[in-house]
Amino acid sequence: MRNIIKFSLIAFSITLFFSCENTSNEKVVNVYTHRHYKADDQLFAKFTEETGIKINIVNASADELIQRLETEGKNSNADILITVDAGRLYRAQEKDLLQPIESKIIETNIPENFREKDGHWFGITYRARIIAYAKDRVDPTQIQNYEDLADSIWKDKVVIRSSENIYNQSLLASIILANGEDQAKDWASKVVENMARNPKGSDRDQVKAVASGEGDIAVVNTYYIGLMLNDENEEERKAGEKVGIIFPNQSNRGTHINISGIGVTKYAPHKENAIKLIEFLSGIEAQQTLANLNYEYPINPDASKASILKTWGDFKSDTVELYKLGEYNSKAVKIFDEVGWK
Amino acid sequence: MSKKTTYWWNKWTGGAIVILLLVLTPIITILVKLFGSPGEHWSHIVSNLLPSYFANSMILLLGVGLFTFIIGVSMAWLVSIYEFPGRKYFEWLLILPLAFPSYMMSYSYVGILEYTGPLQAFLRNNFDIHIKGPIIDIMNMPGAIFILSISLFPYVYVICRASFMRQSSELQEAALLLGSSRMRVFRKIALPMARPAVAGGIALVGMEVLNDYGTVKYFGVDTFTSGIFRAWFSFGDINTAIHLSAILTLIVLLLIWLENFQRGSKGWTSGNSTSRPAIRIKPNNKSTRFIYSGLCLLVLLISFIFPLSQLFYWVSLTWRNVVDAEFGILIFRSFSLAIGSAIAIALLSIFLLYTVRISPLKWTKHIAKTASLGYAIPGAVIAVGIMIPMIEMDRLLIWLTSNQGGMIISGTLAILVLAYIVRFMAVGYNAIDAGFQKTGASVNEVARSLGSSPLRTLRKIDLPLIRNSIAAAILLAFVDILKELPLTLILRPFNYHTLATKAFDMATNEMIAESANASLVVVLTGVIPIILLNNVISRKRSES
Repeated sequence: MRNIIKFSLIAFSITLFFSCENTSNEKVVNVYTHRHYKADDQLFAKFTEETGIKINIVNASADELIQRLETEGKNSNADILITVDAGRLYRAQEKDLLQPIESKIIETNIPENFREKDGHWFGITYRARIIAYAKDRVDPTQIQNYEDLADSIWKDKVVIRSSENIYNQSLLASIILANGEDQAKDWASKVVENMARNPKGSDRDQVKAVASGEGDIAVVNTYYIGLMLNDENEEERKAGEKVGIIFPNQSNRGTHINISGIGVTKYAPHKENAIKLIEFLSGIEAQQTLANLNYEYPINPDASKASILKTWGDFKSDTVELYKLGEYNSKAVKIFDEVGWK
Repeated sequence: MSKKTTYWWNKWTGGAIVILLLVLTPIITILVKLFGSPGEHWSHIVSNLLPSYFANSMILLLGVGLFTFIIGVSMAWLVSIYEFPGRKYFEWLLILPLAFPSYMMSYSYVGILEYTGPLQAFLRNNFDIHIKGPIIDIMNMPGAIFILSISLFPYVYVICRASFMRQSSELQEAALLLGSSRMRVFRKIALPMARPAVAGGIALVGMEVLNDYGTVKYFGVDTFTSGIFRAWFSFGDINTAIHLSAILTLIVLLLIWLENFQRGSKGWTSGNSTSRPAIRIKPNNKSTRFIYSGLCLLVLLISFIFPLSQLFYWVSLTWRNVVDAEFGILIFRSFSLAIGSAIAIALLSIFLLYTVRISPLKWTKHIAKTASLGYAIPGAVIAVGIMIPMIEMDRLLIWLTSNQGGMIISGTLAILVLAYIVRFMAVGYNAIDAGFQKTGASVNEVARSLGSSPLRTLRKIDLPLIRNSIAAAILLAFVDILKELPLTLILRPFNYHTLATKAFDMATNEMIAESANASLVVVLTGVIPIILLNNVISRKRSES
């Protein structure tokens, strides 16, 4: 009996031991992505159809992916890293996890300000961080800039999520870049005083808080509004309809934007296939699917936008170099801690 | 010739010691590392976060301990002593919340109470009642205490119920004859006699509270376990994670010692083991009977039916988008991992317990008991504790084979299975121990005296006799592993999800309604053994 136990445990462990993924040198590209939208799966299937290259997807949080790439080192199977927020891409580049690539097609499809100057990473969609206000209670002309969030008229009326979230960190980084550290810290502490409640929940929760009356204005990414207005749950749609949106800072530097970005990993075993994938994703058709199913803005200026985005119209966006958002991230986190923005 | 087993060292005890060492490795590693150097973030954490970790963990322990005591003991008392409509069903229905992992319950309740949830929608659309924000905001400490209490009280309930049932009626009847009120009998006799059971149940609840990650993370309550995760995943600082784990382990060991200490050496039984249990009382007042039914129903509604309904509601909205081939693979992976580990646990438990049975040495009993220690240690600690020797071994292997690449051993399923064995050995152990106790050693001894080897006797005699207990052990371990979250999150192979981690991942990524699909599978799977085991228990009781 014990022999049987011994044998089966050994056999069991051996098979588990080597349960790593198989890589072949065929037409394959391995993608490490943080995005988890159904739109992406559709697109990848289309890519395989057109090129015959199979895509293996590995889905995890950006932190885990970056940590994994660091641990795997030269033995990494990953060809592509896709993650949200320019700051994270900058971090990956700083840790020497990405390699620069050149492609005429990519350069034609993606505008310069969305490309890292040496080709380490590229944006594939972008989103704006906007202000949502209660349509029945707020006069939108009173809030035109991010800086206005610090106004005392908004005392106990602002809802915004936690400082732990990277979208807020990048927003504060952009404010530091525009106005300097001291003013940014002053702004942040005044916003904390204006908060209707302690930061909690997601961006959508902030919109719901405005809809329910807990607050009057919220800060949220554009695509969440799109998602809410098209949600299966009628209550979510109703909540989304109760808020109007403003693109802040139109009369000065422009609205803060951020990207979903993609890069080829440093030790990518299938570099050519990876470049083909990026070229595909930057093309007009892919752009339209990628962006519109998730209500993001396509990076390719020739691609058409989702109808809801069209109704919002064009807006002026902040042209600060995106990599700087990563550079100033730790300063932003420090300021958040100092002013007690939870 | 039968082999002698009177040596202190033979194949059986040797094997038992190996298993013991394996199980203790993570715990010992953690405690040893306590004296090593902490990570770079340690001082930042000590000054800013450690006090709140302490405070929050203590408040949680006290709060949840108190409420599970109140709910668990009162329900156990009602169900054991009184007769009221539906009692027979409530008796086992009240165990059902155990099938619902606490973090899944926290998602459900947030969904029920939130602005766009069904309850508020109902109030708004039909009664024009508008509420700012959620009906009650539970994403805080009181909310965490609430959720953990309603999902963990069955531990106290089950243990207390067993104790109340076992108590002889004579003491209580004597007290009643002498003029004591029923409440006084409860306070002065029944409850004190159930004290070790109550303490044991609350200790178990305490372990689960310290182990919890999903609930406290979602509600924003900073505890040791969430701190360990933060150090490991956000800072990448494993040394800090180890230090936090070590402190948490010390707290747990303190709790265990406290529980043992307060039990002392006093005897708690009534002495006469053949005394009959108390006959149930049917209150004369009809409304009293319905009040008791109502109370049980209320607890059941809050702790199981409401959150389950929310899951069904969400699944009805989202299953079309979620249930596909990938979901099927997820279920398959989750189930096969859990079953494989459960079988391994059962086999190892049989081995350990049989060693105790055939070895006349006293200390073998302690080996076996210590192997069950893993159940008390939080999953995150075990995960960290197993990772360290694995990373060291990987470094060694890399150096030996001059492998340029990354980790070899770390991040494979084998490590995860090993961790499950360490954590849930106690589950299999207790179930099979019960089986061995019930069947007794006499048949085994007869066979041995007739010349059968220990191994042969195990195969031909003991195992068939304890068949049901083996099945129970595998089933219980299977369900516990399926529900497990923190350990799996840390040790899972890259890109490998279980139903539990998938539900957590979706909920924390603003796809909380979609997460209900995975949650529902876990909960429904957990309900089955409760129903099955309950049938077994009630059948046995009617037979005796």
